[in-house]
Amino acid sequence: METLLLNTLNGLSWGMLLFLIAVGLTTVFGVLGVLNFAHGSLFMLGAYLCMQSMQYFDSFWLGLLIGPLCAAVLGVLVEKYLLKRVYGRDVSYQLLLTFAILLILDDGVRMIWGSGYHVVDPPAILSGIISITGQDYPVYRIFLIIIGPIIGTLLWSFFHFTKWGKIIRAASFDNIMAEGVGINVPMIYTAVFALGTWLAALGGALAAPQQSLVPSMGEKIIIESFIVVVIGGMGSFPGAFVGALLLGLLGSFGTVFAGNMQMAIPYILMAAILMIRPNGLFKKGV
Amino acid sequence: MMQGQQRRNLLGPALLTVLLLIAPLMIPIYWTMILSEILIMGLMAISFNLLLGYTGLLSFGQGAFFGLGAYSAALMLQGGYENLFLILFVGMLVAMLAALAVGIFSVQLDEIFFAMITLGFGMLFFSVAHNWRTVTGGSDGLPVFSLPSLNFFGSQLTFYAPVNMYYLIFVLVFIGCSLLWLIVHSPFGLILKALRENKQRVSFVGGNVKILRIAAFAISGAFTGLAGVLFCLFNNMATPEFMHWSFSAKPVIMSVIGGTSVFLGPLFGAAIFFVLEQIIIQFTENWMLFLGIVLVFIVLFFPEGVFGTLRNKFFKQGSK
Repeated sequence: METLLLNTLNGLSWGMLLFLIAVGLTTVFGVLGVLNFAHGSLFMLGAYLCMQSMQYFDSFWLGLLIGPLCAAVLGVLVEKYLLKRVYGRDVSYQLLLTFAILLILDDGVRMIWGSGYHVVDPPAILSGIISITGQDYPVYRIFLIIIGPIIGTLLWSFFHFTKWGKIIRAASFDNIMAEGVGINVPMIYTAVFALGTWLAALGGALAAPQQSLVPSMGEKIIIESFIVVVIGGMGSFPGAFVGALLLGLLGSFGTVFAGNMQMAIPYILMAAILMIRPNGLFKKGV
Repeated sequence: MMQGQQRRNLLGPALLTVLLLIAPLMIPIYWTMILSEILIMGLMAISFNLLLGYTGLLSFGQGAFFGLGAYSAALMLQGGYENLFLILFVGMLVAMLAALAVGIFSVQLDEIFFAMITLGFGMLFFSVAHNWRTVTGGSDGLPVFSLPSLNFFGSQLTFYAPVNMYYLIFVLVFIGCSLLWLIVHSPFGLILKALRENKQRVSFVGGNVKILRIAAFAISGAFTGLAGVLFCLFNNMATPEFMHWSFSAKPVIMSVIGGTSVFLGPLFGAAIFFVLEQIIIQFTENWMLFLGIVLVFIVLFFPEGVFGTLRNKFFKQGSK
């Protein structure tokens, strides 16, 4: 019973991080039509920037605020000067460009911060351990489980109840029509990519206190969030949520059931779902 | 006129063949080994480009078939089966059967979805290779201790010397590329190009899109497996990294660098890739950073790959 609970909590906390990454990925894909290979590197960059600004300001919360914002500024530059030139080109060029950005970011971070491990301590209020049915459990993971749905709800409300959110949804639904009714679509594209970058970096900053920072930390999560986005339905907001939780829980329970082979579970799941529903579980619609 | 064009188009490859034949006599051993690697990865990239450039399918799981070829060779050599032809045959067969299975599930998808599902299947093979320690040696990989030899007109030919290995690789890559060239220029190859341009129309005139795509995928897998066998012999090792998605990205990079619209484009892409690597690592450890910058540059300024763009610039012929 306790293992069941602990596995569920572990799965949920990983799933929430995955959700933050995947929702950025899926929004960018939904609006820009580009699947961003560098999304995981932006997650990694977010963690490093959070660490750096945390050391500078001596506060985790300021790091959480400023780190992802710096990444978002970088996102604006990447979209304006690089991505903008490959819209409408063949998929292979788009993938290759974002793959190139991944290489630059990973190696760039390695140059600046070195390839060794870095550790970020959680803030004092979240650093303890609480007892759940007699088992010790880190408070920080509980925090992740709570913060995930909060950010998700805020994002969803933003997309559905604010003017800007509605404009973004319109542009993702039909960008030519949106342009026709006077929406500045290129600017929307830049803004959406910056938002996606911010979300990835925020995920990285939130992940920083519970995993060690290495330049390759984006690699695991990018592949998993690809899977989330594919099984949830590319460009679908609820799909990203369901997919992320599914994958997070499968990851933590997979170790119990499949042992050594749990690494293969996400891929089998993805293949199975794509065969039954080639477009994923949910329809596109941010 | 068609004949004349064909003959002119063969002049370049013939010249290249002669150059590759005499190259080891003129360059140091180290560069002969780099050249061997270029040929192997070039074969992988050309068979990948049968999918991307000719059929219009972006496969991101080619590493799986490369790895299966390599593992088949390593397992057979460890098991004492040292017949070169048997190893080549089994390696290609295993890779082809795997590609057939993956293809059956994947070809109903298009574009980015196809890339994702093949990436997923590739990583499935990777996780098996990585975790099934008793058979694959896990993350350490499978070492190869003895190489097959060949009875060549009565004398026993071994491949331990890098130059001998180079010629073995050269001959097999040459045969592989020739077969692929014949496939691309056969009626079947023409249908593949039609698929790339418009699969609905192919289906309207009676082509079975699914079976045609599966066939292309299996052929590509078989030749990728051949490259894998060769790399295992060359490298004396099969490791799970061959199946990782970052390895599967290599033929994509090479093809796009070289140009997907030219048959030998991916081979040139492989050459550019390795030569760049050799040049850059002399100055810096951060070769990935510079590769990234070069890739950005190529994607932005060479819309048809280096080779394709240059060819179009100088010859002004856009025919494929």
